[in-house]
Amino acid sequence: MLLDVYEPGDFYDELFLAKEQPRPEAELLVKRINGLSLEELKQRQQAAQNTLFKLGVTFNVYSDSQGTERIFPFDVIPRIVPDQEWAWLQRGLKQRVEALNCFVHDIYHDQKIIQDGVIPSHAIESAPGYLTQCLGLDPPHDVWCHVTGTDLVRDRDGRWYVLEDNLRCPSGVSYVLENRRVMKSSFPQLFAAMDIEPVDDYASQLLDALLNLAPPTLSDPRVVVLTPGIYNSAYFEHSFLAQQMGAELVEGRDLVVADGYLQMRTTKGLQRVDVIYRRIDDEFLDPRVLRSDSLLGVPGLMEVYRHGRVAIANAPGTGVADDKLVYAYVPEMVRYYLGEEQIIPNVPTYLCEEPKQQHHVLSQIDQLVVKATNASGGYGMLVGPQASPEEREEFARRIQAHPRGYIAQPTLCLSRVPTLVSDQFQGCHVDLRPYIVYGKDIYVNPGGLTRVALRRGSLVVNSSQGGGSKDTWVLKAAKG
Amino acid sequence: MLSRVADSIYWMNRYVERAENVARFVDVNLNLLMDAPIGMQQQWDPLVVITGDQKIFKERYGEATADNVLRFLTFDRSYPNSVISCLRAARENARSVREIISSEMWEQVNAFYLMVKEAADNGSLSDLHSFFPEVKMASHLFAGVMDATMAHNEGWHFGQLGRLLERADKTARILDVKYFILLPEVSDVGSPLDDLQWIALLKSASAYEMYRKCQYRITPIGVTKFLILNREFPRSIQFCLLQAEESLHNIAGTVTGTWRTSSQRTLGRLRSELDYTTIDEVVQAGMHEFLDNLQSRLNDVGHKIFDDFFSLQTV
Repeated sequence: MLLDVYEPGDFYDELFLAKEQPRPEAELLVKRINGLSLEELKQRQQAAQNTLFKLGVTFNVYSDSQGTERIFPFDVIPRIVPDQEWAWLQRGLKQRVEALNCFVHDIYHDQKIIQDGVIPSHAIESAPGYLTQCLGLDPPHDVWCHVTGTDLVRDRDGRWYVLEDNLRCPSGVSYVLENRRVMKSSFPQLFAAMDIEPVDDYASQLLDALLNLAPPTLSDPRVVVLTPGIYNSAYFEHSFLAQQMGAELVEGRDLVVADGYLQMRTTKGLQRVDVIYRRIDDEFLDPRVLRSDSLLGVPGLMEVYRHGRVAIANAPGTGVADDKLVYAYVPEMVRYYLGEEQIIPNVPTYLCEEPKQQHHVLSQIDQLVVKATNASGGYGMLVGPQASPEEREEFARRIQAHPRGYIAQPTLCLSRVPTLVSDQFQGCHVDLRPYIVYGKDIYVNPGGLTRVALRRGSLVVNSSQGGGSKDTWVLKAAKG
Repeated sequence: MLSRVADSIYWMNRYVERAENVARFVDVNLNLLMDAPIGMQQQWDPLVVITGDQKIFKERYGEATADNVLRFLTFDRSYPNSVISCLRAARENARSVREIISSEMWEQVNAFYLMVKEAADNGSLSDLHSFFPEVKMASHLFAGVMDATMAHNEGWHFGQLGRLLERADKTARILDVKYFILLPEVSDVGSPLDDLQWIALLKSASAYEMYRKCQYRITPIGVTKFLILNREFPRSIQFCLLQAEESLHNIAGTVTGTWRTSSQRTLGRLRSELDYTTIDEVVQAGMHEFLDNLQSRLNDVGHKIFDDFFSLQTV
């Protein structure tokens, strides 16, 4: 009943082909939802939110001095990804991470990609995430990007695009795991009836990848998760992952470099640390070599790292690939390092530092999304069609003053999923962030965080901008 | 275990215990007032005296009226030892060690905080009669959940240490204040009012029923002896010290009667002195002097624990 009146509208809808016509993979889900009354559904939604709040699955709101915590609003209607589509995405993501990893290794070593004229050197050297301190570093097994969260979107015609890569310390995977837990208790029978890929393997995969970094001679390596502390917006996740892996959760002030090793301060004196899963940005890692005013990292850490006495995931320096200008060159990287064509395309990107492209951007600014190349979390962006003339002018000025700092992309019309908003189903725009772990092999967690723009018509899905989340169901391939 | 983590578990337990104790003595006072003869001077000053924070109170509120004291002790967010501030601090500490404690503990301390916060947001002082028992129960629940779901490992022992030292300190303070107020009126000794006051004192330590089982008559000496020297009652000072000492030995990895750290030595000495103390000696030396000295030595144990285990200084 409930979804009978739902209007997919002139958008790509993840669950519906047309009104009253669910996609084949969503038929059972739609049938079950229609079997519920609005009251029942709202109760389950409320129960799910309460559970998340009680569990403290929250994030901190930076701007709020009261230290307000919010839950990431959670919607009980999942998004479904059919198995073949997932298999294709998975191939594309592995390819991308492999190419990015080759790229990061290359630019901190021979820089062949620059010498061969594939990427201009200034594009790299001007990237704030490019750290000359990392030149010549050799992380174990030449893996730099241990954990990647790649943002995918789907346009009106249903085509997938990569929106951006997050290689420093992508967050959100804890919501994937906790949302799933809550969904299972909200719709147990539906779970039993549908064949959905489990997501719970993530922590084991991550731990394996981290242990893989310790010197093979160590019989009992110690792994820690490095957090900026409880005021960080992703603190819940840091503590959750540490707990799931049985690793110690440490802050910079717990660590010290002594006798050439990284050690932590315990009630029984100093104890050596072998592997760090760091959740602080590159520039804060070591005040001696990077940002000197940082209190989050450990003085001397980079020196220990350089000597191979501690492993760091993700490796310092990977932030260079988070840069949105560098992102524009990923298709070239895939071709250059792997000799393949990129499977999942990038969103077409205009580089404001190129005079011709900048001219195009400035003349079409009301049609485009303009993004700061080194910002994340939905900050520092302009959605042209929705912006006021003043905002557009302001961005035009910024672009002209600092062309390297901006890229622009056409406004995609993100696909939608029915979402319970004030007593009815509305189509809300979504994106998808799958999590990719690079250990001995590359593992893509079958699911990912579906973020949903809860404000009507909004295209911005970030939690800091009032977005919510949904569970992502990857269907298992039929057997035989 | 990380020093910071040990410190957080210790304080998380201290703060929960502190909130419980505030709820405990305020609640008893509220009940006592309802039994008091009409027109009798209400006694709210002593509650502030117990906290040791008279100065802060005077500056902020002035007169010790019921409303002022209740607001100060329960919902004042800027006073660090109010019930809400204690819970907030306990929860902050819990949040920073979530991966070490059991998730049941976190959920309990989180639910506890949310319950207190909701009451504070309501701001009404009229529902406190049901509020304080809830605080006490939530604190018991926390201790019980911790006991039943967390491995009795080093972290757990630090938690015990925090709880027991806080409890010993609060029992000493309650006793000190009540003794001071109750005793001087010679004419009141043995009167029904006096009895009520001593019963109230026992009740502030949830000790009334257990005391009766141990001796029928309620006498000042009997009550003080019970609350200081009883080795079986969980809120008596000696009981707290015995258990705290055991936890400290577990942490340091030594047997009782020996020591490796200065906190063990300080606590062990205090505990064994009480072992060989009689209540007559206490009274002769002066109850107030005795309790005052005890509190400052408990503080000293706290400082030594900090130096031995939590201090982040490295060699």
